Amino acid sequence: MKKIRVHELTTPLTAESIGALKAGDKVLLSGTIYSARDAAHKRLIEMIHCGESLPFDLAGQVIYYLSPSPAKPGMIMGSAGPTSSYRLDSYTPALLELGLKGMIGKGARGREVIDAIVKNRAVYFMAVGGAAVKMVQSVVFARLIAFPDLEIEAILELKVEKIPLFVAVDASGSDIFKI
Amino acid sequence: MNEIDISRIISAVKMLCMEANYLIDPIVRERLQIALKKEESPIAREILEMILENHILAHEKQMPICQDCGIAVVFIELGQDVHIVGGDFYEAIQEGVRRGYSDGYLRKSIVSDPIFGRKNTQDNTPAIIHTEIVPGNSIQITVAPKGGGAENMSEIRMLKPADGIEGVKKFIIDCVRRAGGNPCPPVIVGVGVGGDFEQCTLMAKKALLRPLNEPNSVSEWAEVERNLLARINELGIGPMGTGGKMTALAVQIIQKPCHMASLPIAVNIQCHAHRHRSVRIR
Repeated sequence: MKKIRVHELTTPLTAESIGALKAGDKVLLSGTIYSARDAAHKRLIEMIHCGESLPFDLAGQVIYYLSPSPAKPGMIMGSAGPTSSYRLDSYTPALLELGLKGMIGKGARGREVIDAIVKNRAVYFMAVGGAAVKMVQSVVFARLIAFPDLEIEAILELKVEKIPLFVAVDASGSDIFKI
Repeated sequence: MNEIDISRIISAVKMLCMEANYLIDPIVRERLQIALKKEESPIAREILEMILENHILAHEKQMPICQDCGIAVVFIELGQDVHIVGGDFYEAIQEGVRRGYSDGYLRKSIVSDPIFGRKNTQDNTPAIIHTEIVPGNSIQITVAPKGGGAENMSEIRMLKPADGIEGVKKFIIDCVRRAGGNPCPPVIVGVGVGGDFEQCTLMAKKALLRPLNEPNSVSEWAEVERNLLARINELGIGPMGTGGKMTALAVQIIQKPCHMASLPIAVNIQCHAHRHRSVRIR
């Protein structure tokens, strides 16, 4: 049986640091990442259209398509698995153009996103849906940094240590959902 | 006549919301363990191992298996000899959902208007409630939280009678293929065949509640279920869509009489975090 290649990576990502990643590899990702899903993406794109500055600099950053369950007392966060990525497809290319280097979600991406990943030398990671308690074991810090009015869809800044991911679309456009 | 106070309904629904989200159905877990034995792809195996480890973590920490704690779907079988006292029956169920999602640290995912504002209702209400009046003097309550990812991949189609069983099978397989990795496979495929437009979709969802180790009671349909499961597992979608042999854990069909002009079919896809919990109040 073929073994899975495992990489350890730390954010911010660069075209060089993700250059060796191939679709199907496993990645243990550490560093700061940002949560954003449907409503936060809509807001980010509206801000870009209006020429406003974004709540965080996208360059080299990773967005996790996530809205966690509430933290129990004494915990940093509740369960924290990915949501389906295809719903964000229409927003993603514009964020990649501004330097976003990685997305974490689940399920296949559309053609326009894969093309934008290749053009901007980025990567799409897959997290395991429904392994949400396992995922939060890797989250060491979380705070709300933008859009509090979006409530559970607000943007969180997370610090993660070796959060387990798989490379779903690499910078050459190779796609695990098509292999 | 059996009098049941709404306070018992509130606390039962609250408990079911929490338990359904924290504890996996043991038969689903067993099926996933069998899937791990059959699966050869290294990524598929790692994914299944993480899912199985997650069940244990969720149980130990009393945390939801999935951060999407779903829309609360509540199935009621109300005995016709029950007299509910102390308040409004449906409001009691909503209150149980409210308390379960709040006290259980479950994610509240419901927005008040599908288009305008999409403001979160803050307590995961309103729940979807399906009530059936049955003989007897007890109430059976089932809470089946349904995540958005899997629900979004569900479909209904009004086929022609001429499409027959091959048309039915094709629609089901195409639906699972279109869903791909989005609904968190290995999935459970709930199917309604027959009835009318709205009953058919409800049958598809109810089919998910049948225990996974109980085949259809009609032998022809049990054979259709077995055949479909084998064909779906040849699609190569695999766990989370990354390729592999285990795309579905079960195909569960409910069939009902329908109009001679019609052949309604609905597919309700359920993720591997198949959450449901029942209690009987006497």
